[in-house]
Amino acid sequence: MFELPSGAEIQSIIAILKSGLGFFIPEIYLSILFMGLIILDLVLKGRKNAILGWTTLLGLGGSFYFIAQQHAMQARELFFGMYVLDEYAIFFKYFFVASGMFAVVATLADRKFETEVKSIGEYYALVVAMVIGMVMMAAASDLLMIFLAMELVSLTAYILSGYFKRDARSSEAALKYLVYGAVSSGLMLYGFSLIYGMTAETNILKISMALADHGYDPLVMILATLLIMAGFGYKIGAFPFHFWSPDVYEGAPTPITAYLSVASKAAGFALLLRFFYIAVPHGFSPYEDILGIDWLSLLVIMSVTSMIYGNVVAIWQKNVKRLLAYSSIAHAGYLLLGVIVMDEIGTQAVLFYLLSYFLMNYAAFYVVVLISNRTGSETLDDYRGLGSKMPLAGAALTVFLISLVGLPPTVGFIGKLMIFSALLSKGSLYIWLALIGVLTSVISLYYYMLIPLNMFLRESLEPNEKSLNPGFLAQLMMAVLMILTIWFGLFFEPLSEFARYSSSMFGLSLY
Amino acid sequence: MEQLTTIGINHYLTISAILFSLGLYAVMTRKNAIVVLMGVELILNAANINFLAFSHYNGGMEGVMISLFVIVLAAAEAAVALAIIINIYKIFKSVDVSSIDSMKE
Repeated sequence: MFELPSGAEIQSIIAILKSGLGFFIPEIYLSILFMGLIILDLVLKGRKNAILGWTTLLGLGGSFYFIAQQHAMQARELFFGMYVLDEYAIFFKYFFVASGMFAVVATLADRKFETEVKSIGEYYALVVAMVIGMVMMAAASDLLMIFLAMELVSLTAYILSGYFKRDARSSEAALKYLVYGAVSSGLMLYGFSLIYGMTAETNILKISMALADHGYDPLVMILATLLIMAGFGYKIGAFPFHFWSPDVYEGAPTPITAYLSVASKAAGFALLLRFFYIAVPHGFSPYEDILGIDWLSLLVIMSVTSMIYGNVVAIWQKNVKRLLAYSSIAHAGYLLLGVIVMDEIGTQAVLFYLLSYFLMNYAAFYVVVLISNRTGSETLDDYRGLGSKMPLAGAALTVFLISLVGLPPTVGFIGKLMIFSALLSKGSLYIWLALIGVLTSVISLYYYMLIPLNMFLRESLEPNEKSLNPGFLAQLMMAVLMILTIWFGLFFEPLSEFARYSSSMFGLSLY
Repeated sequence: MEQLTTIGINHYLTISAILFSLGLYAVMTRKNAIVVLMGVELILNAANINFLAFSHYNGGMEGVMISLFVIVLAAAEAAVALAIIINIYKIFKSVDVSSIDSMKE
């Protein structure tokens, strides 16, 4: 049925693969780092956690050098269209490596890792493996590569969320993450198989050309889109596919919760944007080739329901991690608003919002880690009176929460502003969407402000005036993050320029 | 009748649709975590059949390659899943998904 390739053909295949390697250096470097960490752990026999952590931090930092060199390279496809290198992918390489570093920093600060686990083992190696998977998700341009990268992220995330083996909540988080993740990736794969059946292509650029040339059956298309959205929606944690997130966020180790809520969500959005911008054919106006309910209305429904559900249900939460989980569902809704815009401005807004979300959400989780180090608790009632015992942590957390609400003068305000102005630039079509976004932000003000309310205005249940301040390094870190959150709220030019520069995707300009 | 006697792509697609539905049914109704994972395997295999059938009738090797990778990944996923489920059994003395629910507001 299939002919064997001749010797010359094999030679040319090897030559193409070799020529792609030069554009794949950051990923190769990270893979070497991953293996090096496993060997280092073997040598240290898991005794010295801090050495392993600092090595990971330095190693991840070193990859910035290789990523920065890729700016000079032209956007191109690698490995027979499996993988692309463009400004968009480079942006996410920076993003994921930085978020991996932040997860390591939070882990080094978290005391629970000293009591709950005997040795840190392959933990840091898995964090690095997840970075590799997410970097590949952002750059994958083939259905097979998308699936493989997503599974790499998922498998490592299952293990990481259940890393406290003897802790019931952590194990339960791993089980729930696993069940939902396995089902949704199965659904997504079935959707991919339908797309492959319609187009006989697996490269997303060629899929879009085939769909545009030959047309498609709208019923099959909407079915495939729904199934694929199950996979992507699970990764971004948007409304109908969010069921795992409150339990997983509450049960998983806090650094991993932060890592999942920022990096894993961003990876989902990187994939979502690239897939829907390139693979699904669309005219210049999003409503041009409307066939019944097309996939854009699916995104609109997901976005609106996520914003409303996440913000409303968060009101009744008593656990801070769970509260932030519901807030992250709402933020997925805001980010989807930027995807719906479907142009360069929208992409820029999403990228900027992801940057601001990175800063404020990681910082908020970092403070949660520091507080739970001292109090051993994450429930809202135990935050009472902490404002006088940990003044800097209280002030910093308040700033980050204000930023999460989207109030000036913080970076979160600029992020929301860019999303809404991108929506309004499309004319009157999306005014009601922006309106829902603003109204749900007002709701979010209530539950975010419950935390500062408890910290500053309510008396502690067991009053003692002992100071609970964390160490000097942690204080410094909090102060820097707090200043950055406000600084980028006032001088956002460099971030928004970077987001605009990064919004060009390979394949968009070929039309 | 002609369509029923010669095996064509529709037969493969029907089989895979049935497998997919059975897998989804198992995932939605069963409480045992291991049975849920079996349902996931059914879904993955339904997708595999689709890929192979389309690959055969469209020509080209992409579908075959994808299904090979899927088989390998399914094995890796099963390994991680069973490790997690064994750990769950040690703690909760049960693998019933609906009874493992310690975190509720």
